[in-house]
Amino acid sequence: MATTVNEPMKPLVAQPAGRWDEARRTLSNALIITRREVRDSFRDWRIVGPIIILTFVFPFLAQWVAARFSGFLATYGAEIIGERTIPFLLMIVGFFPISISLVIALETFVGEKERRSLEPLLSTPLTNTELYIGKTLAAMIPPLIASIGGMLVYLGTLLFSELAWRPQPMLIVQIILLTIVQALVMVTGAVVVSSQTTSTRAANLLASFIIIPMTLIINGESIIIFLAPDANSSRGVGALWAIIVGMLVVVVLLLRVGNSIFNREELLGRTIDRLDLRGILAKAWRHARAVDENGTPARSLVEWYTRAIPLSLRRLRVPVAIAVLVFLGAFVGGLVFGLIPRWQIAPYLPPPEQFSGTSSTLASFLNLSVQGDAMLMIFTQNTRVLLAALMLSMFSFGVAALVLTPLTFVILGYITGQVLIAGYSPLLILGAVVTHGIVEIPMIVIATAIALRLGAVITRPPSGNTVGHAWIVTLGDTLKLVLGVVLPGLLLAAFLESFITPRVVLALLGG
Amino acid sequence: MIECFELTKDFDGFRAVDHINLNVPAGTVLALLGPNGAGKTTTVRMMTSILPPTSGWVKVAGYDVTQSPAQVRAKVGVLTEQHGLYERMKGMDYLDFFGEIYHLPREVRRKNALDLMERFGLTFALNKRLGEYSKGMKQKLALVRSLLHNPPVLLLDEPTSAMDPLSAKQVRDAIIELQRDANSTFLITTHNLTEAQILANRIAIIRQGRIIANGTFDELAREFVGEPLMELRVNGELNGLAKDLSSMVTITDSGMNWLRYTVADPYQTNPTLLRYVTGLGIDVVTLAPVTRTLEDIYLQVVKEDEGTANGDNR
Repeated sequence: MATTVNEPMKPLVAQPAGRWDEARRTLSNALIITRREVRDSFRDWRIVGPIIILTFVFPFLAQWVAARFSGFLATYGAEIIGERTIPFLLMIVGFFPISISLVIALETFVGEKERRSLEPLLSTPLTNTELYIGKTLAAMIPPLIASIGGMLVYLGTLLFSELAWRPQPMLIVQIILLTIVQALVMVTGAVVVSSQTTSTRAANLLASFIIIPMTLIINGESIIIFLAPDANSSRGVGALWAIIVGMLVVVVLLLRVGNSIFNREELLGRTIDRLDLRGILAKAWRHARAVDENGTPARSLVEWYTRAIPLSLRRLRVPVAIAVLVFLGAFVGGLVFGLIPRWQIAPYLPPPEQFSGTSSTLASFLNLSVQGDAMLMIFTQNTRVLLAALMLSMFSFGVAALVLTPLTFVILGYITGQVLIAGYSPLLILGAVVTHGIVEIPMIVIATAIALRLGAVITRPPSGNTVGHAWIVTLGDTLKLVLGVVLPGLLLAAFLESFITPRVVLALLGG
Repeated sequence: MIECFELTKDFDGFRAVDHINLNVPAGTVLALLGPNGAGKTTTVRMMTSILPPTSGWVKVAGYDVTQSPAQVRAKVGVLTEQHGLYERMKGMDYLDFFGEIYHLPREVRRKNALDLMERFGLTFALNKRLGEYSKGMKQKLALVRSLLHNPPVLLLDEPTSAMDPLSAKQVRDAIIELQRDANSTFLITTHNLTEAQILANRIAIIRQGRIIANGTFDELAREFVGEPLMELRVNGELNGLAKDLSSMVTITDSGMNWLRYTVADPYQTNPTLLRYVTGLGIDVVTLAPVTRTLEDIYLQVVKEDEGTANGDNR
């Protein structure tokens, strides 16, 4: 047999090295994949064709449309709208090519799996992270080249056109950054979809979860470009900066999800797209009754409360700590916000002595019917808000839980500040809040922590667990704590708020 | 070189591999045989550290697949059931890509690629796009890919399934040479029992995730189809010879001028038997072993296991 050469060769696997060396090696290995895939993309006329058209033809078309549109609007005295069409079209010129990245990224794993070319790659010493980074970069590079190229061509055409508009450099930077983060969001999202499906068809169907939110964001950005009062600011449009930062957060979360769920077994082991809802619910219910890590069901309600609930509460320690910190921050933020003179309502509040006189009015509401209705309303409202936070949290990797519920604490902090500034007794605040808050606030903290954990668990499942298993266990904990702790707690808090708090407040007002 | 201990793999309540124990020393060619869905591919995937075992362990080239997956994959060359090539790439570019992944220096990967392509008669196709390759050429290129980094362990899934007889022989010769000259270790899964018989010096049969037979050809033949079967042909009629010989060997069948017998140790018994027969003045035309094929053994093993399973079920 013809001899093959054995030596010299570099080490095939990582040798002990510093973090920097390791990162460099990871990137270097990832780029082997990236280079191959980018070359492969550029061999495919179905990708090259649109890229050429969108880079070299579409910008001229966009510039021509901008010129005609501006001219048309100028005849009706709406020059400003015509002018704003120009950066808007710059954004569109940048966005169209990156939409191709979605197609490439969706195909990146599932396409290889369909063509059976994935297994040879998975049999090499490349790590999961190297494969993931390599493929993510490969999906982004060709469309981004086309996108930035197209924007440069568009800006170039402006220099030679009759349009007098010269863009703020910062606005151009913002639009380029927006384009890059949009590409990142689409690619990282699509790679997650691609690694979890078994056919390109299924991946394309699931891509709606990326396309629809992205379309809404583009609509929002368009409106901002047309209406932003700071569109000509040298510091850029504030709202666009907020979108860029928000999308970067989403990218980080999607990268974490992608990296945590990307593993060889998931890629090869998944053979059919099956969603067994009944099975998922049955497993979650089993975990909801579990008194230990093995899923042993509680034998009685007493055992459930003494063993099963504490087990789930222990798992909630970190999210509870995060929620408490965020709520404290929100409360303090509300207080501080209330110190800004132009946002204060304290000067408009009635003086304390005048307010004391209203105690008789308050007392007139204290009857069983009104208080019963109030209790129901309070319970319904609290439950509705916390359920909304829970649902939104599932689709936002836990972010929504830390955005919605803290708003209550911002308001609480703000009102507390205003009431104190107006000269009311701190005892009144304590009586009005703490009487029911002693139950309600811990319930809100637990509910927020549950929502945070249910959304965030997919970004980093516990070691040795698949994403699916970790999520089902967390869903079980969620059911357990919502049914066993939060709902009964909210009911008690609503009772206290309707029947006890008014009496405490009345007593403090001297009524 | 490959060691499995109680290796088990479950998928959502389905046990694909069930407490497998295997020991494949360096320089061995092990044929892993079994019906479709028996657990061969899952076993190979665990050996390449693509799938983690549910329980038990497997070590390849001294590395545990769970603890040192990258080291394992660096020491293994894998030919998957489906060749899985990138159709738009050219042959040389494809090999260069995989050589780069294995960190072979450019000149080394080029030389290895050229040597191997020449060995398998693919030099003419180096600069052709893989989409233009025939099925057999693709299979050979996939094999070249698995050999490119000179791995000490090769896991080959149906290595010649799509090849014409000449190409299949080239591949078999290459396996024999690598085993002989480089002391490479092979695990081959195949349905081609003739090929397995030619190549393998150990055979394991897997069914429903369990190893139901494991040993050399002779060991398996002895265990499952009995002692070696010999056929004696004489010039003229036997005239009661069968009865005379029954004290020496076990006669299984006989005709007018032939008989078949099984014998525990042919090297010792056959010369004695021949001397006895010729001493009687009977001319011996032939004394030869009746060929037992791996197919006979395989079918018998599977049949016995089915019988055991049915018995258990009842």
